[in-house]
Amino acid sequence: MQIQIEYYLILSAALFIIGVTGVLIRRNAIVVFMCIELMLNSANLTLITFSSYLGNSIGQLFVFFVMAVAAAEAAVGLAIIIALFRNKRTVNIDEINIFKW
Amino acid sequence: MIDLIYLAVFLPLLGFLINGIFGSKIKNVERSKIPFLGEKIIGLIGSGAIGIAFLIVIGAFFETLSLPADQRTNYVNLFTWMKVGALDVSFAYQVDQLSLIMALVVTGVGFIIHVYSIGYMHGDRSFWRFFAYLNLFIFAMMNLILADNFVLMFLGWEGVGLCSYLLIGFWYDKDFEKSTTSAAGLKAFVVNRIGDVGFLLGMFLIYLFFDSLKFSEVFSRAVSFDVPEHIFTLITLFLFIGAIGKSAQIPLYVWLPDAMAGPTPVSALIHAATMVTAGVYMVARTSVLYAMAPTTMMIVAVIGVFTAFFAATIGLVQNDIKKVLAYSTISQLGYMFLAMGAGAFSAGIFHLMTHAFFKALLFLGAGSIIHAMHEQQDIQHYGGLKKYLPITYGTFLVAAMAISGIPPLSGFFSKDEILWFSYTNLGFVFWLIGVLTAMMTAFYMFRLYFLTFDGKPRFDEKQTHPHESPKMMTVPLIVLAVLSAIGGFIGIPEIFSGAHGNAFHSWLSPIFKSANLKLSYFGAHSHFEEYLLMAISVAGALGGILGAAYIYLKRPSIAVNTVEKFKSIYTTLWNKYYVDEVYDATVINPIVNSSRSFLWKLFDNKIIDGLVNGMARSVGDVSALIRKLQTGIVQSYALVMMIGILLAMFWLILSF
Amino acid sequence: MNLEFILFIIFAAISVSSGLLMITRVNLVIAALLLVVNFASLAGLYLILNAQFIAIAQVIIYAGAIMVFFLFVIMLINPEHEKKFMDYKPQLKIFGVIISILVFIQLTYIILLSKPSEGVSREVEASVKAGTIEQIGRELFTNYVLPFEAVAYLLLAAAIGALVLAKKKFN
Repeated sequence: MQIQIEYYLILSAALFIIGVTGVLIRRNAIVVFMCIELMLNSANLTLITFSSYLGNSIGQLFVFFVMAVAAAEAAVGLAIIIALFRNKRTVNIDEINIFKW
Repeated sequence: MIDLIYLAVFLPLLGFLINGIFGSKIKNVERSKIPFLGEKIIGLIGSGAIGIAFLIVIGAFFETLSLPADQRTNYVNLFTWMKVGALDVSFAYQVDQLSLIMALVVTGVGFIIHVYSIGYMHGDRSFWRFFAYLNLFIFAMMNLILADNFVLMFLGWEGVGLCSYLLIGFWYDKDFEKSTTSAAGLKAFVVNRIGDVGFLLGMFLIYLFFDSLKFSEVFSRAVSFDVPEHIFTLITLFLFIGAIGKSAQIPLYVWLPDAMAGPTPVSALIHAATMVTAGVYMVARTSVLYAMAPTTMMIVAVIGVFTAFFAATIGLVQNDIKKVLAYSTISQLGYMFLAMGAGAFSAGIFHLMTHAFFKALLFLGAGSIIHAMHEQQDIQHYGGLKKYLPITYGTFLVAAMAISGIPPLSGFFSKDEILWFSYTNLGFVFWLIGVLTAMMTAFYMFRLYFLTFDGKPRFDEKQTHPHESPKMMTVPLIVLAVLSAIGGFIGIPEIFSGAHGNAFHSWLSPIFKSANLKLSYFGAHSHFEEYLLMAISVAGALGGILGAAYIYLKRPSIAVNTVEKFKSIYTTLWNKYYVDEVYDATVINPIVNSSRSFLWKLFDNKIIDGLVNGMARSVGDVSALIRKLQTGIVQSYALVMMIGILLAMFWLILSF
Repeated sequence: MNLEFILFIIFAAISVSSGLLMITRVNLVIAALLLVVNFASLAGLYLILNAQFIAIAQVIIYAGAIMVFFLFVIMLINPEHEKKFMDYKPQLKIFGVIISILVFIQLTYIILLSKPSEGVSREVEASVKAGTIEQIGRELFTNYVLPFEAVAYLLLAAAIGALVLAKKKFN
């Protein structure tokens, strides 16, 4: 029996929503960042699924690029968190609210 | 040269741009060897542009003359100006007999006056501005004249109005009568706007009924289309309102006397020779439409003759030399409209041309006198200037005789022709009023002349030392005097020239052919009648001159006694029939007061400002409320984003 | 019940549960390790989908490099554990969770409604061929060589950017 494509898609949706929930409820910037990585991976899962089901390697190439970008993003994002922590002595995003009226 | 006619239009614009942009820099150019080098350069640019334009127009004239009579209408298309649906307006010039005559007058007289201005405006702090404005004026006037459609004509029409405004208020900080010169300019501008509305409405109607604004198309359609006569009456009446405004006829003439606040060359160029005749030109240009509307023709004639008479009566008693000339201009413009109303279009254009010569000469002469008398304009303080200003004196005399209609000077031919046509085409009454006006014209012109040049000086000769103007000013006077003297010979009436006919008429006749076909006048009149009427009008003019001589040279007491006797009439005339006061009381004050109390204090301050301010305040209030949404916490923003995604996906599901 | 389906169920259960645990852990190190587990299970899923190269890359890059980087930063700055993250504005957070669940329901609804399985059916041979390193490398160095080079520059820029940002002082 073949696994239907819906299983993978729903799994991907579930992982994405877990990531969103984490972004919405967590205070710690590092965890929020990890949740974003999770969301990226859920999108990757969708791409791989379609690539596999369509017999086409373009989707996997795209995932390769997403990984490279994610690595770059992680490097810069974590550097920002370090800089932020050095200045504010905290990484709780509800305490970093200087961008308000 | 016909193809180059656009140069004659755009060279003045170039002159305007150069003098207008760099004039203040050029003015300060100095070389120790040549005094006032900057002024000379500015003057050279200004008058040079007009001079070259004049040469081009002359070339175009002779080229047209060499063509057969039925091919003398040429078009020079520059570019498409606007094309909206069926409306197709081009920047195109129509070079034909009528526009060439006008262009010759405008550039020729314009050039002479430019040269004169170099002398007259010498030492003025805004010397360059003056020449820039004058060049802009010539540019606008050439567009008005050469346009091949109503829209381009209107561009020129508004352009000359603008220049008139700018030049009347040229000495904007100088007092003039009860207010300032800029107020006088404003008056001219506002009064002209009333006429312009008429022009515009006429233009709209023309487009509505003939689907075109190009002269040639409109005129051919006017003859061929089946349009009821009252439409023609309406169109021509609206156009005539425009002409009334621009050409200072009753009831919109009030701006012209005030326009004398401008420098005298301006009065000569704009308010005597060229711009004020634009209305006459426009009526002549649209003569086909007028010929289809006999009612309007009658109204034009009545307003013309009435204005001529009315302005002449005011001119009898004025003491300001330029005021007298201004009322004289209004009166002569009335003659031109009388000619238009009589269907004698070429006679009107002929008078327009000769009037341009001698009235420009009169104004320039007046400028020379005012110059000599240190800005004194009251003729009661002149007298005996003959010996001080010999050239001005001689040329002024020629002009005064020309305007009075003394044969064989130019004014005689043109004025007599108008009187003759008003007799044959309109009736005895029009002729009679015309002759009376001619008598008054002769009288007040020679009153001016005698009070200025003859008799004993009525100024303090120890303090004022009148001196003849420099060559820069007297040479233009002499040129214009020659033109005033011989200018009439191109239009010698048929009874004198015999088989050759009237050269001016046969030149213009193709333009007015279709109009004249529509008009069915020309009953049989004998040559004896024509001679008789001519003799009467000449006798009238001579009578006016002799009367003026008798009263102002021999028996000044008569003038005083007459004033005493008819005190009320005199005061009425002196106050110009109180027309300005009546306008103030009936039109201007109610408008000003209601504007001030209702429109300004109530409508603008309370309602408009209230709306605007209320709008701003309510925006501020709402913003103060919703700015609390900006918590600065990233997660709440993300939450809002998620809500957006939720709603968007909800819409997506619904649309499945 | 074939092996493939069983493996899918196992890996799916691991990834979802480790994700849920990750967003609820107070201890950052544990959360990061749970994310590593999550990424590893995703790599397993990729293997089931015949994407061998990506599965290996997932383990090396994500589970290996990036997560080590995360752990490194966590230990470097060593922030205090957030105690009871529901303390701060709990209504907002509950509301966020509700919204998330609603969006998940919508997503599932759309996936089931549009029936993608009717359009695609997996052909094993094509699928296997698509996931080989040979195929991906061929594509990458022929048709996609320009994005590949661009990504190289992106990584270089990111490295420099991270250096600049994390430096002690800006000179």
